[in-house]
Amino acid sequence: MQIIQQVLFVVALGAIGYLLFKRGSFIWRNITLGKDVKLNPEEKSERLKTTMLIAFGQKKMFARPMVGFMHFMIYAGFLLINIEVLEIVLDGLLGTHRLFSSTLGEFYSFLINFFEVVALLVVISCVLFLVRRNILRIARFHKPEMKGWPTSDANIILIWEIALMFALYTMNATDSILQSRGIAHYPVVGPDGFAVSQFLIPIYNGLSDSALVALERSAWWVHIIGILSFAVYITYSKHLHIFLAFPNTYYSKLRPKGEMDNMDAVTKEVKIMLGEPVDESGEEEEVGTFGAKDVKDLSWVNIMNAYSCTECGRCTSECPANITGKKLSPRKIMMDTRDRAEEVGHNIDKHGADHEDGKSLYGDHITKEELMACTSCNACTQACPVNIDPLSIILEMRRYVAMEESGTPMEWNAMFQNIENNQAPWAFPPTDRFKWADDLKVKE
Amino acid sequence: MDMLKVPTMADMAAEGKEPEVLFWVGCAGSFDDRYKRVTISFIKILNAAGISFAVLGPEESCTGDPARRAGNEFLFQMQAMTNIEVLNGYNVKTIVTACPHCFNTIKNEYPALGGNYEVIHHSTYLQQLINNGKVKMKEGGEFKGKKITYHDSCYLGRANDVYEAPRKVLEALDADLVEMKRCRTKGLCCGAGGAQMFKEAESGDKEINIERTEEALATGANVIASACPFCMTMMTDGVKNKEKENDVKVLDLAELIAISQDKN
Repeated sequence: MQIIQQVLFVVALGAIGYLLFKRGSFIWRNITLGKDVKLNPEEKSERLKTTMLIAFGQKKMFARPMVGFMHFMIYAGFLLINIEVLEIVLDGLLGTHRLFSSTLGEFYSFLINFFEVVALLVVISCVLFLVRRNILRIARFHKPEMKGWPTSDANIILIWEIALMFALYTMNATDSILQSRGIAHYPVVGPDGFAVSQFLIPIYNGLSDSALVALERSAWWVHIIGILSFAVYITYSKHLHIFLAFPNTYYSKLRPKGEMDNMDAVTKEVKIMLGEPVDESGEEEEVGTFGAKDVKDLSWVNIMNAYSCTECGRCTSECPANITGKKLSPRKIMMDTRDRAEEVGHNIDKHGADHEDGKSLYGDHITKEELMACTSCNACTQACPVNIDPLSIILEMRRYVAMEESGTPMEWNAMFQNIENNQAPWAFPPTDRFKWADDLKVKE
Repeated sequence: MDMLKVPTMADMAAEGKEPEVLFWVGCAGSFDDRYKRVTISFIKILNAAGISFAVLGPEESCTGDPARRAGNEFLFQMQAMTNIEVLNGYNVKTIVTACPHCFNTIKNEYPALGGNYEVIHHSTYLQQLINNGKVKMKEGGEFKGKKITYHDSCYLGRANDVYEAPRKVLEALDADLVEMKRCRTKGLCCGAGGAQMFKEAESGDKEINIERTEEALATGANVIASACPFCMTMMTDGVKNKEKENDVKVLDLAELIAISQDKN
């Protein structure tokens, strides 16, 4: 019997490992469709510091303290439960039960009690999150881009997490009874029950030894298969942030938020126009598209940003355009980018690398109206708990609209002309520029 | 009016002199009738403090900020390189400007094109002048005890982390500083950044500047202090829209200081 369970466990682990690898390579390939990013090697320590503060420390989550606290509980639960999962995986492979109990002694039952309390906080947080989403209906969870899958995805995750915690409690409660009855294979670590699962003991106390063993085994399998399949599920879900938040913060923008990236290809052209010397030493850079029309015109960090987005909508809830009812939603920009990256990825898998489906991120997913409404105020980048930068995608697409499509609004075209002819965005003669000083002037 | 010194870089160069700072006036400061008064206030402060400064005058040109943010990188770089040539020609080291958009562009975006300067926004510069005693306020100043609310400019605050300097300047007025609900990192944009100043907004339920003005008026402040020409226009329009222009004034930090300054 025992050996069958071990074999089944190895098969399950292998199958899930294979699915994770396949899905992981798909996502990795999609992210690397983006353009390369040059990083300054001197920034390494500052980047690590950012990851520690923002991802590990969840600093920006606490901009909204109550939610920050509840999220921190689920996060702490996730980290700690991994220690427990390690034991479960080893038990599954070796056919042991509570492998760490003999080495850790007294400390082991303390740990299990501690995990149970953390698990309870996870359950409470998940329930409150479900209430906020579905009963209180917090506005930012019910924007147009949240219809359908994004909303059910969020609920599935929360319910799944609650179910996993209950499997854990069932497992521990039945285990405690089996321990108190002195059944072989169940080492005594908490015969009177653990911190939370002890309250479930009365429910199961009347069961026979064999029924209890069956129940304990079932809960054990549900718990571990639940966790492993959850790992596969999240690669299809907004929940991928639990992994990508770490690299995402590491590669986030360190320079001042107001700084836009320089387009070196343009610099060369402008220097030629102005008759300035051009540095020819560098390798001939391939000038592709000016700005971004599709995901491959973005940087790979932009695409990783999209896969890291958990659709919390803090960006959108602080976006001045969105607040005043305009179509722009920074969260939608990120969701569209992810959807398009997946679409392009599937096309490549089906039809080969050069396949064109005649669609693009700009036009088919994101409209000009959305792009034009952005005030570049950086409220979205400031609000994002994992340092996603929707603004850089918006500005890259505006570059496409202006330079490839010549599609900027008439008023902007007039502004461009004024700058060219009058050296100011307004139509004033440049000779009037210093007129303000006419009545004051005493020159030194 | 007392005659004020407004030397240009060209005048100074002709005399073989180099000023300590260049005052970058910006397009709004040069052409916008309302914002010209801010420029003149700042000139008064520089004169009173005895600062060695100069302006570019007719040689100044748009930094290219609105062109870049509207997507026209070519036009931006043409402007930037031309300006950098002028600035480097005069061996400029330090630039002070009252416009957060000029400040951001020259400080953060010109270095990639060969323009490296110390760039200071006038809020920080005014704070320094107050701290080192070069600017002194009148006893029982104009704004003592008056309610003032400060509207954060995105290009000063979130874009460049300048949150405290403007508030310190206002504190020096002995005013009663009241904060709006959305301030500092959570400040709400006036609606004009990212080249929105130069076109109609996309359709929605409301104009952004009206939303922001309502929030400012809700504080009960007599003065909305701004530190950006775009913010000033948007907030002034908002106050007019709400027909509150007789009760609430929109004033730049430089104007508040110039009014409160001890001239002796």
